[in-house]
Amino acid sequence: MIKWLRWIAVLAIVAMVAAACNGDNGTGDGTTTAPPTTTEAGTTEPPPEPTTVGLVYDIGGRGDLSFNDSAAAGHDQATQDFGIEPQELEPNQGGTNREELMRLLADQGTDLIIGVGFLFSETVCKVAQDYPEVNFADVDGFIDATTCEGGSDLTEDSNIASLLFAEHQGSFLVGAAAAMKSTTGHIGFIGGVEIGLIQKFEAGFAAGARHVDPDITIDVQYISQPPDFSGFNDPAKGKEIAAGMYDGGADVVYHAAGGSGAGLFEAAKEASDAAGEQRWAIGVDSDQYQSAPPELQPYILTSMLKRVDVSVYESIAAQVDGNFVGGYLIFDLARDGVGYSTSGGFVDDIVPDLEELKAAIISGEIEVPDAV
Amino acid sequence: MNRSLRLVLGFLAPVAALVFALLISSLALILIDKPPLDAFQSMWSYGIQTNSLVSMVNRAGPLYLAGLAVGIGFKMNLFNIGVEGQYRLAALIAASVAAAVSLPAPLHILLIILVAMAVGGTWAGIAGVLKVTRGVHEVISTIMLNFIATGLGAYLLATFLREPPRPNDLIISTPDIPASGRFPSLNPVLGWFGIETPGDLFGFIIVSLFVGFLFYVIVSRTRFGFDLRASGLNPQAARASGVNPNRMIVTTMFLSGAIAGLIGLTDLLGFFNAYTLDFPTGLGFTGIAVALLGRNHPVGILLGALLIAFIERSAQILDLEGIPKEIITIIQGVIILSVVIAYEVVRRLIEAQEVRAAAEATKGREPEVVTT
Repeated sequence: MIKWLRWIAVLAIVAMVAAACNGDNGTGDGTTTAPPTTTEAGTTEPPPEPTTVGLVYDIGGRGDLSFNDSAAAGHDQATQDFGIEPQELEPNQGGTNREELMRLLADQGTDLIIGVGFLFSETVCKVAQDYPEVNFADVDGFIDATTCEGGSDLTEDSNIASLLFAEHQGSFLVGAAAAMKSTTGHIGFIGGVEIGLIQKFEAGFAAGARHVDPDITIDVQYISQPPDFSGFNDPAKGKEIAAGMYDGGADVVYHAAGGSGAGLFEAAKEASDAAGEQRWAIGVDSDQYQSAPPELQPYILTSMLKRVDVSVYESIAAQVDGNFVGGYLIFDLARDGVGYSTSGGFVDDIVPDLEELKAAIISGEIEVPDAV
Repeated sequence: MNRSLRLVLGFLAPVAALVFALLISSLALILIDKPPLDAFQSMWSYGIQTNSLVSMVNRAGPLYLAGLAVGIGFKMNLFNIGVEGQYRLAALIAASVAAAVSLPAPLHILLIILVAMAVGGTWAGIAGVLKVTRGVHEVISTIMLNFIATGLGAYLLATFLREPPRPNDLIISTPDIPASGRFPSLNPVLGWFGIETPGDLFGFIIVSLFVGFLFYVIVSRTRFGFDLRASGLNPQAARASGVNPNRMIVTTMFLSGAIAGLIGLTDLLGFFNAYTLDFPTGLGFTGIAVALLGRNHPVGILLGALLIAFIERSAQILDLEGIPKEIITIIQGVIILSVVIAYEVVRRLIEAQEVRAAAEATKGREPEVVTT
């Protein structure tokens, strides 16, 4: 609750600052035609044109209850707060037209174009070179000189911002929570697809759990191998793997598997019913306690929050203010870009310990590994 | 008379199907309160821009090859659903071989083409051999082989064929193909006509057209093509006249797979330069629709590929106009269904007309025409 209030307060302040700064910057050269206003002298002068922000989702798009929806939430919030002109596109099923969609938006005079997902990194790198007057951001996408031909390492002056997250830090905290709550000394991790990004979650989770209990047993399993990305959307397999882990003695299981996580929650309920004692699941990306059906909520211990919405919102806010900053923007614990949720109150008793760990990570006292 | 009637009907059938598809999708648009004329209008005006036309041709190239690959199987009643797996595996291995060797440009490209055809052909040939030796229906085996190709490709890409990962980079890909292995673009040709585009017109289009020409020559002008068509029309008769059905099945599956192997090269050699996680998928399945649209004729398949490519490209504008782009899925689905029905109606019309003509011709000679 307090977290919520703080968040609203931050939004309000940003909104006021933005409104104050946005007095007369008609920098956008969009194609919108608003009726001109007549000033006292009788001359007409065009009103400031709204900033146009284009979002290109990854396959799945709005409504995936996960990654894309989180970006959409940031976009919606910014639309509401700043009166920007929002545009949203989604690639076709084969993902063959990412570049064309970015160019389409750029040709329309869009001021800021945000690619949602690391698969956009090469596309953003390429297209940004052809449209130096347009700003680009890529959620999760690391872009440097080797990403594409003609690319360069990003600086503050680049027209590209890589929006990166310290998922390992957030995962460390839920890993610690898992170890504190486990009575069997045995926990599990389910990854959606075995790629570097998801291994970052695994590394942080394992480090956090071992920090609390060095002897803890950690089962690790990935649902699919790249380039098969079905692991992010396969609840049936997620459930099967989770059931196996609970059967094998694990009593807390964390997932970083997008839509497959729904299967984990069901497995946690069934395992709890069968064993007659509590089995926990840990959610990811958003506060999954909030979106879960009521009968599954009692099994969701906490969720590792990855605030994609914050990163999108802040990028848009900066663009509206006229001080878009390129380069590598790291959304970490210190910036509340990652964290853990407390909905349901299941971790209330260990919040002081988790906050202590959080402070230690922010201060650099604990260094969390970001690779397995 | 008969011949020209056939031609007119053969032309009218797809046009009628297209009109019918537009009517049905208009209905869908009206149901969701969107003006259909506006939608088609903006699709058309966006679709005929120079950039869109270039993109349409780029999309049509691989679709044409996919249609040909499926079409050659259809010619002898073999349904190769495995084009999807064949082209992806072929593209992966061709990309790896291409990156591993260094040769002068024409030889390098020739090698890539041969490797891709060999891999695609072999993979499809497995289904042919299974059918001949074990009686496994090719629909079953090619679908299964799709899954195996996906899994095998994922494993190879993640292990042996992967470029050593760079820190922070999440994209998994094969090493880049050196410049000598890239297919030059056709932009200079466009330049002669004073056309400039931001993207490339892929040179591999030429190869696609050449394969279409070869398809025509082989099917219509060679002994093999005759045997192929004969086996498709009447296997018993073909066998009685000395055609070895087993050899035909294996050869045709190999040819179909060899053409399928080329599908991915358009994008690989023109755009990606490496097999990456975001390599286009789904082209093989769309190829089935293209072959159906084109009635397995090389010119018909070409028109079908261009139509699908045009629809896909022009649909990109819809989301910006606030119209769900999913409407084109309806258009495509209805076109394919109604084309198949229209062709069947035409076939029956022609058959009825032939029966009448035959009846007329024999009227004087026989006292009664017995019809059953």
